[in-house]
Amino acid sequence: MNRTEGRVKVTGLATYAAEYPVENVAYAYVVQAQIAKGRVKRVDATSALELPGVLAVLSCEAAPRLAEDADPELALFQSREVAYRGQIVAAVVAETHEIAREAAAHVRVDYDADDHDVSLSSDHPGLYQPEVVNPNFPSDTEKGDVEAGLTAAAAAVDVTYETPVLHNNPMEPHAALALWDTEGRLLVYDTAQGTTGSRALIAGTLGLPEDQVRVVSRHVGGGFGSKGTTRPQAILAALAARMVGRPVKIALTRQQMFDVTGYRTPTIQRLRIGVDAEGRLTALEHVAYEQSSTLVEFAEQTTVPARVMYGAPALRTGHRLVRLDVATPSWMRAPGECPGMYALESAMDELAYAAGLDPVELRVRNDPETEPDSGLPFSSRNLVGCLREGAHRFGWEHRDPEPGVRREGEWLVGTGVASSTYPARRSPCKAVATMQNGGDVLVQVAAADIGTGARTVLRKIAAGTLGLDPERVHVELGDSDLPEAPVAGGSMGTASWGSAVVRACEELLRDGKEGRADTTDEVKADSELARHAFGAQFAEVRVSAVTGEVRVSRLLGVFAAGHIMDAKLARSQFLGGMTMGMGMALMEETLTDEEFGGFLHRDLAQYHVPACADAQHVEAYWLDEQDGELNPMGSKGIGEIGIVGTAAAIGNAVFHATGHRFRDLPITPAKVLTARF
Amino acid sequence: MKPFDYARAGSTAEAVRDFGPGTMYLGGGTNLVDLMRLGVAEPERLVDVSRLPLDTIEPVGDRVRIGATVRNTDLAAHPLIRSRYPMLARAVLTGASGQVRNVATVAGNLLQRTRCTYFQDVTRPCNKRRPGSGCPAIAGDHANLAILGTSDACVATHPSDMAVALAALDAQVHVTGPGGDRIIPMPGLHRLPGEEPERDTVLSPGDLITSIELPPAPPGASLYRKVRERASFAFALASIAAVLDVRDGSVAGCRLALGGVAHAPWRAERAERALIGGPATGEAFLQAAEAELEQARPLPRNAFKVPLARNLIVATLEELAP
Repeated sequence: MNRTEGRVKVTGLATYAAEYPVENVAYAYVVQAQIAKGRVKRVDATSALELPGVLAVLSCEAAPRLAEDADPELALFQSREVAYRGQIVAAVVAETHEIAREAAAHVRVDYDADDHDVSLSSDHPGLYQPEVVNPNFPSDTEKGDVEAGLTAAAAAVDVTYETPVLHNNPMEPHAALALWDTEGRLLVYDTAQGTTGSRALIAGTLGLPEDQVRVVSRHVGGGFGSKGTTRPQAILAALAARMVGRPVKIALTRQQMFDVTGYRTPTIQRLRIGVDAEGRLTALEHVAYEQSSTLVEFAEQTTVPARVMYGAPALRTGHRLVRLDVATPSWMRAPGECPGMYALESAMDELAYAAGLDPVELRVRNDPETEPDSGLPFSSRNLVGCLREGAHRFGWEHRDPEPGVRREGEWLVGTGVASSTYPARRSPCKAVATMQNGGDVLVQVAAADIGTGARTVLRKIAAGTLGLDPERVHVELGDSDLPEAPVAGGSMGTASWGSAVVRACEELLRDGKEGRADTTDEVKADSELARHAFGAQFAEVRVSAVTGEVRVSRLLGVFAAGHIMDAKLARSQFLGGMTMGMGMALMEETLTDEEFGGFLHRDLAQYHVPACADAQHVEAYWLDEQDGELNPMGSKGIGEIGIVGTAAAIGNAVFHATGHRFRDLPITPAKVLTARF
Repeated sequence: MKPFDYARAGSTAEAVRDFGPGTMYLGGGTNLVDLMRLGVAEPERLVDVSRLPLDTIEPVGDRVRIGATVRNTDLAAHPLIRSRYPMLARAVLTGASGQVRNVATVAGNLLQRTRCTYFQDVTRPCNKRRPGSGCPAIAGDHANLAILGTSDACVATHPSDMAVALAALDAQVHVTGPGGDRIIPMPGLHRLPGEEPERDTVLSPGDLITSIELPPAPPGASLYRKVRERASFAFALASIAAVLDVRDGSVAGCRLALGGVAHAPWRAERAERALIGGPATGEAFLQAAEAELEQARPLPRNAFKVPLARNLIVATLEELAP
């Protein structure tokens, strides 16, 4: 199906957070900490306030009160402590964006600086075991005797992989426009992946009742997780608007987004895996080292996918965290699964070579009957089907396993494979379906369409339930005044919202006029099962022996993600995820500034994501999976599984091409040339 | 950004006359406006020279003159350039994106500034931006910075691809300014950092590039090759503009310029001298490359550029050799 909002998007009529026409609007611009740790001694706003057009300067010296229990990343100006370089320490509000920006440069902030520590290492003295990892998994798990399993193994690997700081960089910057009406109600147009949760957070932070806040996010230009939690721009716009008594708009610059919108933690991951003479795992251990800020503990669930993927009599997973003088990491497309599966699937490839087994075959032989860690049955699991179908489509049977021997001129050619997995969850959601005059149906739910086609797929779901032409169904979303809905995140948007839409439409069919749904009880009653999507990705790469450049000549994924709701939307999601995974494999990296703190790569000229020229042969297919244990649509989420495993497939192909194993991402020409394979 | 005055010049003479303290010329603005937003450039006054009647490409005898305000897209697409200087067309097309090339001008391209991380961030020190403040790149992020002609004050690279091709082609840069008209041969327009890294070029305040003149293309086969971690829209980790003329198995002529390795387009004169008159063999190419790179002063994270530049020189010459 074509996107419902396609026309307004391509004609520029779609309105994003900072684009709503509002009279008498003022503009905010932030001042960021220039030290990595310490205290703000003094904020001198005198010369900024003297500039014509400047309305106010907010800082810890002129701070509006916020809730005492506000999220420390959102508790703007409530403390003099600086937790990281780039933290917002002041903001200017002015008649125009340009004046605000210029005045921000005139705000003088003096600091008492302390020594900072911004470097993650696996022997950092501050490492500790968090109680839970995102969202609420136990940090460590253990079953069986890992050491005995490794000792008894016919072949084993003990390898450490590293991934860098990564940033989401959605096309639409983080932006907000806030207005207070005469009754004191706050309206925030925010770029957010969900309005219901955003309303709760904004209200909680400002100490307002929830019904005094409305959040509107009708169109969102991407998020990938960076807009999954309320970010400071929404709070700042609200505070500033109250202070100056006018609507206030803020759009962060690309550079500022690197500092204050979250990022994927860097990881150091050690894997020890043993395999017996029959190719069955004897033991698997996966430990991840990662960072958080001193403000908030965010522990990414990096080794959680190892609890799902392969059967082994001994399985140990764990996470170690260190709180550094850095910004708080947050969600980035498939947090945990994405970096965790990079390391696991790379180590599995190493194990296949060590054991003399085909990498597809090793995975097939270790496909478990039940979820390895929990012992729960799977609602459905078709990893083997994806591996077989992908191998067939890719032409894997022609593969010569010998690494480093195929060469076309200066280009070394290799192929690699990796598995993908992502949980198939759903959350409670409400929806309303109303019969309109003329027989059309209006479906309302506070879902967010962050570019995935949520409007379109919900329309299709409603039309299917009602037996109507989709043209006769209208979907309203992106507004917290609509029935409450969970965030567009964790690949559970469609499953959650769609369940509520189906139930509301069923009720409408009974009632004839209106149907209301709340899936809280239905979701609670879901039987306990292991619910995951799976996939297999195959990559062909060409590595220049002259320049070290790595080009992905083919990338092919096959996914088993339940019933695919819409082929066109799904294909875009898979291809987008895989392309983002290609970026992770070969180019994406934000450098941490050890000398001054903060990040060094802070724009898209330095932080490279794949260009069209890099993604020439990316193909996505899927198995038609029937799974009645998920939701009324039988669907699994597809927003994140596409990126999981891509980097490993490409890294494994680079090994096959060159004969050299690169264990830290991204695999750049500098690393390839330095390896002198 | 800092408020500024804006004027559009009606003629080159008017532009030069209007140039005063705090003035900068504005071409396509694809770099300058970015730098103004970042607070790196803070002109009090912009004189827009992008609409001056300097936007033609025309033959002058056996030479070709390229106006300063010709857009990069138009330069790369022009029949005279494509037929006589295909290497230049190719170099231009490897730069930036189609959208940027549609706006960027030839003179502006030559005068664009380094993309060194520290230079672009006014909250960090940089000798190029604030002389005497220090160069954190030397101990920090220098993976994409210079290995040749660096100083202890600066290791920045010049980002242009076009300039590398122009250096290999011995282009001449026509300049007008308060001191009258003059011609600056390429290479020679751009400076090495030395103790004054804040000066990118030999131009004086008020100097305005009016055109680039290309002598007849040197005999032989030519190639521009650029190395980058993604397939488009990225600055060069290293690049090469090469012309090789082989007669009876020996090198009759050779032009080599490297990009992404120095504060200026780097004419590899040592390698050229080593090659001319010698055999056109892989061994000779390797020796020439190594002769050139003996002067390299790599840092830990850009040491890969030494083998990269060596490989690039050898592979490009081998591709050009008959």
